[in-house]
Amino acid sequence: MTALLALDQLSVAAGARPVVDRVSFTVDPGEVLAVVGESGSGKSATARAILGLLPPGLRLSGGGIRFQGEDIAAAPHARMRALRGPGIGMVFQEPMTSLNPAMTVFAQMAEGFRQHFRATPTATRAACEKMLARVGIDAGRMGAFPHEFSGGMRQRIMLASVMLLRPRLLIADEPTTALDTLTQAEVLDLMLELTREQGTAVLLITHNLGLVARYAGRAVVMRQGEVVEEGGAASLLAAPNHPYTQALVDAMPRRGEAVAPRGHAQPLIEARSLSVIFAARGLLDRRPPTHAVKSVSLALNEGEVVALVGGSGSGKTTLGRAMLRLVEPSTGQLMFRGQDVTHLHGALLQEFRLACQIVFQDPYASLDPRMRVRAIVAEPLRLPTGMPMPERIARAEAMLEQVGLGGLGDRFPHQLSGGQRQRVAIARALVRRPAFVVADEPVSALDMTVQKQVLGLLRTLQRDQGFACLFVTHDLAVAEEISDRVVVMQRGEIVEQGARDRVFDAPAHPYTQALLAAAPRLGAPRIRATA
Amino acid sequence: MLAYLLRRAAFAIPTLLLVAASVFFLLRLVPGDPALLILGDQATPESLADLRASLGLDRPLPVQFVLWLQRVLAGDLGTSITNGEAVGPLILDRFGVTAAIVLVAVALAALIAVPLGLLAAWKQDSAGDLLAVGIATLLLSIPSFWLGLILLLVFGLWLGWVPVVGYVPFGEDFWTAASYIILPIATLTLVEAGVLIRMSRASSIEVLRLDYIAHARAKGLSEGRVLLRHVAPNAFAPTLTLIGLILGNLLGGIAVIETVFTLPGLGRLLVDAIFARDYPVVQGVMLFVAAIYVGVNFCVDLLYPVFDPRVRAG
Amino acid sequence: MKRFLRPNLLLGGALLGAVLTVAITARFWTPHDPVRTNLRRRVGPPSDVYWLGTDEFGRDVVSRLMIGASTSVSVALATVVLALLLGGLIGLIGGYFRGWLDRVLGAVNDTLLAFPGILLALGLLAVLGPSAWGIVLALGLAFAPTVARVVRGTVLSVREREFIEASRALGNSEWFTLFRHVAPQTIAPVTVLATSMFGWVVLSESALSFLGLGVPPPAATWGNMLASARPFMQEAPRLSIAPGLMIAACLLGANLLGDALRDLLDPREAR
Repeated sequence: MTALLALDQLSVAAGARPVVDRVSFTVDPGEVLAVVGESGSGKSATARAILGLLPPGLRLSGGGIRFQGEDIAAAPHARMRALRGPGIGMVFQEPMTSLNPAMTVFAQMAEGFRQHFRATPTATRAACEKMLARVGIDAGRMGAFPHEFSGGMRQRIMLASVMLLRPRLLIADEPTTALDTLTQAEVLDLMLELTREQGTAVLLITHNLGLVARYAGRAVVMRQGEVVEEGGAASLLAAPNHPYTQALVDAMPRRGEAVAPRGHAQPLIEARSLSVIFAARGLLDRRPPTHAVKSVSLALNEGEVVALVGGSGSGKTTLGRAMLRLVEPSTGQLMFRGQDVTHLHGALLQEFRLACQIVFQDPYASLDPRMRVRAIVAEPLRLPTGMPMPERIARAEAMLEQVGLGGLGDRFPHQLSGGQRQRVAIARALVRRPAFVVADEPVSALDMTVQKQVLGLLRTLQRDQGFACLFVTHDLAVAEEISDRVVVMQRGEIVEQGARDRVFDAPAHPYTQALLAAAPRLGAPRIRATA
Repeated sequence: MLAYLLRRAAFAIPTLLLVAASVFFLLRLVPGDPALLILGDQATPESLADLRASLGLDRPLPVQFVLWLQRVLAGDLGTSITNGEAVGPLILDRFGVTAAIVLVAVALAALIAVPLGLLAAWKQDSAGDLLAVGIATLLLSIPSFWLGLILLLVFGLWLGWVPVVGYVPFGEDFWTAASYIILPIATLTLVEAGVLIRMSRASSIEVLRLDYIAHARAKGLSEGRVLLRHVAPNAFAPTLTLIGLILGNLLGGIAVIETVFTLPGLGRLLVDAIFARDYPVVQGVMLFVAAIYVGVNFCVDLLYPVFDPRVRAG
Repeated sequence: MKRFLRPNLLLGGALLGAVLTVAITARFWTPHDPVRTNLRRRVGPPSDVYWLGTDEFGRDVVSRLMIGASTSVSVALATVVLALLLGGLIGLIGGYFRGWLDRVLGAVNDTLLAFPGILLALGLLAVLGPSAWGIVLALGLAFAPTVARVVRGTVLSVREREFIEASRALGNSEWFTLFRHVAPQTIAPVTVLATSMFGWVVLSESALSFLGLGVPPPAATWGNMLASARPFMQEAPRLSIAPGLMIAACLLGANLLGDALRDLLDPREAR
């Protein structure tokens, strides 16, 4: 069987620096091939090179690309344009920016169809309606603009407009990274169904090994522009040959040790019937107020790690911030060490603030770009009076050592990697030895191997310092690894909570069950990828 | 969409009120008897007394403002001290000349600059792009009145192709009238084209980076279609805002061009009135131009959602 | 260090540097007395003594150009400082604290902005009468709203960023957060704006002088030199060309430098 797509020693360079270095692999008709790698692996550049859509600054510096036996690396523009769409289709990552905001959905779907198949307007309309219905979007909404749809729906529209052209090969570049767990599963399942129906091969670009386990038949592992290993997906994950592949597999979160619940007299921090309502803004805003958090009661004991999980819109982020009073609760009470802190102001509020800290998701946005790392970590020590500057610096340096950044105190945030910046954020949160820490998706923006290191660091520090931690995340695998207890939220309410092992092994609520079924984890069942 | 329109209108009206108040109070800052200032040297004791009564000078200041505002809304902007004409019609008459030049110049500049900017962005960093940016930067660094003088020197005095002084309204001979305004229009077009090329290029570059452009190309669409249907509409919105700003700027500073080319426009009316201490005219022109500018911005706001539908949702 | 060798930066810096040098020198020395008239040498041609000739009152053109530089630069610097202070405060406070304060400040700002171009300056000068300080005040008020808009825009986007929330989470007061963390983020855009604004102020001041509403005679400004050169356009074009070239040099230098600064300070570069 001749390969559908064959890459032969493909190289892409940015100036003199190689971004993709002599990469070779093939894709057979109808199969699902995953290209796995972390940031900097060159996987996206490879995908773009196949379609001849390299961004300015990158160019093809060597090797060949054969599609259906034809050499397309050197093909003239007109030939490439004819191939793009009906030959090779591409789905992108960011649903926010991948559809033209100024054109209706129908117009965008139709233009490709009309161009390649020279169809009449009636035929075009009929085809678009049919495809939209197939992806689960009401065809009556064709005249709407992209911003009127949610992220998941936009990805489905994108799928529809690409699959409408019946490509032989579909390149999907991290198509669901920006979506939450349930939506991710829906979109990917849909993609696999459509491609199977049409006999389309899929080149799935991802950093998530769970997705590879679930959807791919074969996999290629890339690292810093080179292919380090390839083979059948299942065998690659079960018994990797290359040390890097092994590191990736090890980095996948897996269940941590169970911790026996300790008895406590009173919880450390407790939310009682807490609600957060965002009111309409301005006189002419006729949207109803949003109930982000609806009368939630949640308590954490000292030293406990509780994972707060849910999809987007579940209210988990808002609840986390409300428990620190970074967002003001609308009704209900917040108790800290038995004291009512709901309405504190001034010095007493400051005391509460200092005992409770937060680690944010985006490691770049949470650090002041104009401050050196040492100053960032020393800043929390400014407020308790009486600590002279040299002592503050010394404490900060000591904390930096503890997080593995000793000697980097002089650097600015932009000079550090994502993982290093997150360590700085953790150091800043812990330098005052708080009693309670809210971690808001702290590892979602990191590569898998880095994620593993940072999670490990958090766990070590948590055991050493003994703080209670509310770990907000949409990633169930991470929750499984790090938590003692799990709380599941949906649309502003808690639908289930309990010990980690119990919730993961025997979920009671249908939403929890759906989440667990959708989450790509090691050991989860695989979807048959090839016909 | 309606809510958006109402919101923009609700924003314009208080601004207009505050503008009117500022103009009113500004001219009250001039030391001296307001009635004397308005009537000037021709004042007789009777006319002064009459005017003081109708202005309500013995009443508190806010009341005076309301009285004045009522007259303005009825169309009465007072009388010019210099020649006794009603200010309102005088302004409208002069505005005709100014508006013709400004509107034509900006329209021409936009027609030339917007596509050029788009093309420059498409071929970013090529020789053509660098040339376009260089020329645009030079153009916008030239003071308009100086460029006008130079053009007048070359085409008026040395080559003799156009008349140097004066103005002929379009009601009479079209070609003669055109010859009088072709140089001022050319001057303004050149200077504003510089600004617009850079803006159009910058916003096109931003849009070309975005994923949906790659998506459009990945569908196999031709470059022409990608540029016209995908890049241009999305890149135009910031340029539209800039066009509104330029129109305003030109209206505010048109006096210099009118001085160079001796055109009887609104700018010259204002400057002459300032020298003559003709306060009713100064007040009237300031109010008029500011109101037009608020109107222009409102129109820009109305057009914006056409190019960026996300704005409609508020 | 190599980043600083862009052509924009070098050319813009060189142009503005030259103008500044001339301006400072003029305070201490000019080839001839720029003010004293000498009616026997009216509109004289360029010579070894009078490098660019003399104007309609027999005064040395070069000396007057130099004094013009000094006047324009001082007025422009004072105006930019005033606009930055006024606009910066409005933008910082309104943008950070929002609420009724922002609405009031915003209304003031929008009213000022409703007078386009030099209209506001013209109106103020009608009331104040032409004088150096009057022009600084008038132009400062005219440009402050632009500064306020840019600063407010930056503050609005920065205040949502997580490191600002982090500052609050650390227990810092709102004023501390505003001045320690938010305000420094405005330095980059304000510097770029101030550089370009310098050029626009020189242009506006020259326009006002050209109209006869600038710093009053016998002070020499490029604007009024251009105005008085008009009757002699044909016989002595250099009288029209020279002052305009100086204004253009200022504008070009400010624009190029502003461009270079904007590219240098672009956060995308820093990442």
